[in-house]
Amino acid sequence: MLNPKPNSQQSSLYEKRKAVFPKAVNGRFRRFKWLVMLVTLGIYYGTPWLRWDRGPYVPNQAVLIDLAHRRFYMFGIEIWPQEFYFVAGLLIMAGIGLFLVTSAVGRAWCGYACPQTVWTDLFQHVDRLVDGDRNAQLRLQAAPWGPGKIGKRAIKWLIYLQIAFWTGGAWIMYFADAPTLTRSFWSGTADPIAYATVAVLTATTFIFGGFMREQVCIYMCPWPRIQTAMLDEKSLIVTYKDWRGEPRGSVKQAEKTPGAVGDCIDCNQCVNSCPTGYDIRNGPDIACITCALCIDACDNVMAQIGRPRGLIDYATLEDCAVERAGGAPRPIIKALFHTRTLVYLGVWSALGLGLLFALGARKHIGIAVQKDRNPPYMRMSSGEIRNAYTVKLRNMEARPRLMEVSIDGLPGGRMWTDETARDSAARALRSTVAADRVEPLRVYVIAPDGTGAQHFTFKLRALDQEGGGGSTDVRFDAPGGDGQ
Amino acid sequence: MMTLGVKTMANKRIDETTGVETMGHEWDGIEELNNPLPRWWLIILWLTVIFSVGYVVVYPAIPLLHTATPGVAGWSSRGQLTKEMQAAEAGRAAVLAKLAATPLNEVAADKDLLAKAVAGGHAAFLQNCVQCHGSGAAGSVGYPNLNDDDWLWGGNLDQIHQTLLHGVRQPGDAETRTSLMPSFGKDGILTAAQINEVASYVLTLSGSAKPDAASQAGQAIFAANCVVCHGADGKGNRQVGAPNLTDKIWLYGGSKQQIVNSVTNAHAGVMPAWTGRLDPVTIKMLALYVHSLGGGEDFKEAPAAPPAVDNGNAQPQAQ
Repeated sequence: MLNPKPNSQQSSLYEKRKAVFPKAVNGRFRRFKWLVMLVTLGIYYGTPWLRWDRGPYVPNQAVLIDLAHRRFYMFGIEIWPQEFYFVAGLLIMAGIGLFLVTSAVGRAWCGYACPQTVWTDLFQHVDRLVDGDRNAQLRLQAAPWGPGKIGKRAIKWLIYLQIAFWTGGAWIMYFADAPTLTRSFWSGTADPIAYATVAVLTATTFIFGGFMREQVCIYMCPWPRIQTAMLDEKSLIVTYKDWRGEPRGSVKQAEKTPGAVGDCIDCNQCVNSCPTGYDIRNGPDIACITCALCIDACDNVMAQIGRPRGLIDYATLEDCAVERAGGAPRPIIKALFHTRTLVYLGVWSALGLGLLFALGARKHIGIAVQKDRNPPYMRMSSGEIRNAYTVKLRNMEARPRLMEVSIDGLPGGRMWTDETARDSAARALRSTVAADRVEPLRVYVIAPDGTGAQHFTFKLRALDQEGGGGSTDVRFDAPGGDGQ
Repeated sequence: MMTLGVKTMANKRIDETTGVETMGHEWDGIEELNNPLPRWWLIILWLTVIFSVGYVVVYPAIPLLHTATPGVAGWSSRGQLTKEMQAAEAGRAAVLAKLAATPLNEVAADKDLLAKAVAGGHAAFLQNCVQCHGSGAAGSVGYPNLNDDDWLWGGNLDQIHQTLLHGVRQPGDAETRTSLMPSFGKDGILTAAQINEVASYVLTLSGSAKPDAASQAGQAIFAANCVVCHGADGKGNRQVGAPNLTDKIWLYGGSKQQIVNSVTNAHAGVMPAWTGRLDPVTIKMLALYVHSLGGGEDFKEAPAAPPAVDNGNAQPQAQ
């Protein structure tokens, strides 16, 4: 042991969470946060219930991640597993989108749109609904356990649990047909994985939203660290304008000795309204998620005492320096666009346009061929040479299509499948490919004795009005080839 | 270091830059800020410790000399494997039962059953047949290629099945495929010159060589010695496993020298009878697999099979 005699003065190595009871605020940013909460939660809970008619052969859920059938549906877009680069592209866009947002408006993601923020905000409203506002919550926290406190806690946690359950319940709706899954979920016949997923997400939502709250942001989440690294002196942050506020003093002091004290009356409304319990007057910090509620709180106080708003406000560090030196505040809109923002915007838009172009230009029909390599070729009793191939015809349309596969090249070459007789061997064969399916065909290609090893092409053509097709180059092996 | 720690323990102060209290110790001017970890971290640490104790009790954990503590749950990787294998077998049982109940020639009517049977046959083939026929079933000299359309003993499902059940030249199996080509040279039936002539004639049958004086001489020798089994036109006879000499496929090689060798010494390849070695359903699946390789013959189109052999497995031809 390093310290045989533990010193009474020694600090504790671990700190109990200091509960945060943010005070309700009204104001423009609060209203904006309500709107964002409404939109994000609306999207989250509502999206799986949107329908999108794709015809009789494929699901009609607008957004569906169909893992069982390996399809990803998003409105008019259907992604197959081999096209996963579209999803990867979307993820990259989301990443660069966060860079863009961060460079323009700082930690806006943390402050407004992050699920941890939105759900914590929701749970804090539940606190106010059940326990009352900040002061009532503080009193209840300090009160001894009694019937009243137990009852209120029980009600509150039951509401938490309800919200958490619906959060987990909504999640699984993205992975199966929502109405069907809802029925099977409540009749107890859904896949066990559905119940497990709901249970896990209910538990995490309950714990993270109800109890961990700002601890997630400050200790668990890597994103604040990354975001703080991406902020620079041109990024908007929530700032206390200390040159205007300091030294702090009461309204009476200011009346007695004008000019001796700043605008901050040290009312602590900014700290009391902060969902992470941080004092913004100490400067930017990882604990500040830039939700801007302190701006609303301070603006309300400034309005009451008849001083101009914006003692706490969005500003860039560059603008702070200008203002500190006596310059006029710059409108926020001008802070949004600077070189880095524009570069991010350019990259983001280019990616988006590229993806859209690729999506529009992709073909909904295709052919892929795998050649048998063991044995590479066969001699038939007639002396002809036979090669075998697995030909896969891809039909991404939501209807069955009649397709024709033909041999291009390979003089004298004919083919048949394991479902047709060898007598019917021909230069081309037809097959109806079911809607939204890949049809594998076992194809035997035969060429006259003496045919050398060579390449030829399988050509695919759709025999309906829309047409289209594809081709793929394959090898034909024969004895006396190039040593293969 | 210990003394240093004790000595400086009381030197707590507020750090100016951060406004955070120091821990009160200092080594060569290096101090530590007191930013305590959240308590729930500590709680989680203890929870994991408790979990690990439970894990050691429940699962095999502490290594002993030859084994490890078994754990109260009785779990073992071998036991898990056994369970998974049993589950897999249980999953296959329905298919195998259906396959056992379905006559061989009616399996193809059920596409799903056929696909499963062919897959099962492939698996059995890789275990039991590749040693001679090769992993691609392409055979080699002396071991028939099963992909092509040339069959010594017949290529429809029943004929393949029969060959699998009873093998080729399997001693002790009354119904095995058997025939014997004489060693014309070794046994002194023909002279070396005669063998050379008959080989020349055989080559002309498949169009591999043009008729010449030797082959014309060989034709008479062929008529006198070979037509009994290989037929007057040289097309062979599947009832006795006599190969078709007019096609381009040669089990023991199609060069003049190889044919001379075959006539001189004769070959009598063997294949084990799989009855008793493999269960009937597996043999059925093997027949379906071999038939599916691209050379399988249609039952109806095949030349009338001899009714002489009835092993109880052959299916009626009427369809």
